[in-house]
Amino acid sequence: MIAYFIRRLAGTIPVILMISLLVFLLLHAAPGDPAEMLAGDQASEADILEARARWGLDQPVLVQYWRFLVNALSFDFGRSFRYDEPVMGLIAERFPASLELAVTATLLAIAIGVPLGVWAGSKPNSWVDHVGSIGGFFGISMPNFWLGIMLVLLLAGSLNILPSSGRHTFGVPDDPVTGFLLIDSIIGLNWESFKDAMIYLIMPAFVLGINMTGILMRVTRSSMLETLSEDFIMTARAKGLDERAVIWRHGFRNALILVITVVGLEFGALLSGSIIVETIFSWPGIGNLLLQGLTSRDYPLITGVVIVYTSLFVVVNLIVDLCYAAADPRIRLAK
Amino acid sequence: MPQPIRESVLPNNMSNKLTGDLKPFAWLRRPDWQAPDWKALHKKWRPWLQFKVIAGGGTLTIFVLLAVFASLVAPFDPNRQDLMMAMTEPQYFAGPHFLGTDHVGRDILSRCIHGARVSLVIALSVVVISGAVGVFLGVVSGYFGKTTDFIIQKLVEVMWAFPPLLLAIAVLAFLGQGLAILIMALTLQRWIPFCRVTRANALTLKEREFIVAARSLGATHTRIIMKHLLPNLMQSALVIGTFAMASAIIAEAALSFLGLGVPPSTPTWGGMLADGRTYISTSYWMALFPGVCIFVTVLAINMLGDALRDILDPKLKRSGAR
Repeated sequence: MIAYFIRRLAGTIPVILMISLLVFLLLHAAPGDPAEMLAGDQASEADILEARARWGLDQPVLVQYWRFLVNALSFDFGRSFRYDEPVMGLIAERFPASLELAVTATLLAIAIGVPLGVWAGSKPNSWVDHVGSIGGFFGISMPNFWLGIMLVLLLAGSLNILPSSGRHTFGVPDDPVTGFLLIDSIIGLNWESFKDAMIYLIMPAFVLGINMTGILMRVTRSSMLETLSEDFIMTARAKGLDERAVIWRHGFRNALILVITVVGLEFGALLSGSIIVETIFSWPGIGNLLLQGLTSRDYPLITGVVIVYTSLFVVVNLIVDLCYAAADPRIRLAK
Repeated sequence: MPQPIRESVLPNNMSNKLTGDLKPFAWLRRPDWQAPDWKALHKKWRPWLQFKVIAGGGTLTIFVLLAVFASLVAPFDPNRQDLMMAMTEPQYFAGPHFLGTDHVGRDILSRCIHGARVSLVIALSVVVISGAVGVFLGVVSGYFGKTTDFIIQKLVEVMWAFPPLLLAIAVLAFLGQGLAILIMALTLQRWIPFCRVTRANALTLKEREFIVAARSLGATHTRIIMKHLLPNLMQSALVIGTFAMASAIIAEAALSFLGLGVPPSTPTWGGMLADGRTYISTSYWMALFPGVCIFVTVLAINMLGDALRDILDPKLKRSGAR
């Protein structure tokens, strides 16, 4: 297992190098002088010179790339010219909000999609199956930005049961420890703050997770169908096992590996989706930050967010691969 | 003197050809004419007669027709502004603006119809380009193996390491906006599923006897790839292409929604949705209808793709390609 981990970790190094190279090339392919871009619209001559020296733009290209790489690896992306603060500080401040949203969305998608998929898969051609598979199609085809707007209109506008934007009510006591509101409120045993955070979190998380819910439902269903037709299920039933035990202990366990893979694969899509969902719900995360960077052409900010998002995705993929290897010994032993 | 061929000597179905076509519709009265075997035909086309194909394909056909004949079907010029009529509620059959108007009085229905054209054209070009690139790289990677394979697979791995929409956003942010850049940005990652599946298929196919036979007959690599491998890889590519089309439509709409797509004057579903979001509290229809268009189109394509996969390439189900 450790050998597998090291091998897998080493495999990410070229990927990270290539990612940084790609972002570097994009910066250079952009029309205009990169130094002027990195220094901002209102930069003076001195600012441009400073940016040029900072990013080593007066050096040969290879040296420039090296500089960029060192800066990027130490998460130093310079100052945002929209906020006039170091980019890394801005990102660090908003990162917990984004992670909290993405993780909640994933958990919610698993909590809704997997049981429905198991239910539909264990009763093929029943009404549950038909409703489930139509629901699955709706889930994978739903543009989440539209769903977000419509739910805001319905739940926050007409029915007025959930807040339309933001992360917590102004004035509700919170004691920031980790920056994750749910965890903070649990640590502080602050029930009111937990409820408040939950109310704000639930709609964006559902919207963000809708595609993953649909995919999970469909994948779980088809892999349950497949597993339940295997011989060992017949054996389990012949033994006289309770049907619930057959489905969950024997059937679902084998379907689980596919579920892990899908969660890992779809997490990237979920991260990109969070850029839009955070915008719709004015969620104070890095997706929202990226969009503000885009509208003001804040290149250091864009570079920083892109690299942070991508590194997060690489890390998640690594974790998923490890879970995968832990669940199925054939994978870590292969090759 | 040659004896004229008498009809009775010949088998019935040849008589007309040899004696000259004196009775053009004679074959209709041919005694051995058989009615089509409806049962066999039905059996052959049975898989295509399912709900997903009919509903999905039908809906998609309607949208394609709307897109092609947009300027004929649409009741108004999509960019005609009429400030007196701004933010009219949907009138349905009671007035000229079936689905209402937006904040500058443009007809929503006309914009939705023209938006179909933009969305489908962009998505189709993205799918065609990424399909061509992906299938080419996949077949080369699988067929030649070794260093070629290694390099291409590293490229796949790196491109796959970016969260899907993020790379497109980064490209558009740095390189500026425009139709060509948008299509390129959407293509950057969409070729990967084509490449992966094609490579896997090519790897198994190249061990098959007919490829070995072709090679031992002296066929060149190009000929083997073009004549023997590619035709066998097309079905999977078609299935992946359908799903890629659905995701390309959503991605295009998402980018237009963020203001990174085609120029704002062009009617796009995503762009209309972004406008609609601004006026959501007063005029829900501005956001509702373009979203319905995106959702219904994508749903239709996904259903069609799902059925296509079941019919053409059931193996794909396990590979996690969606």
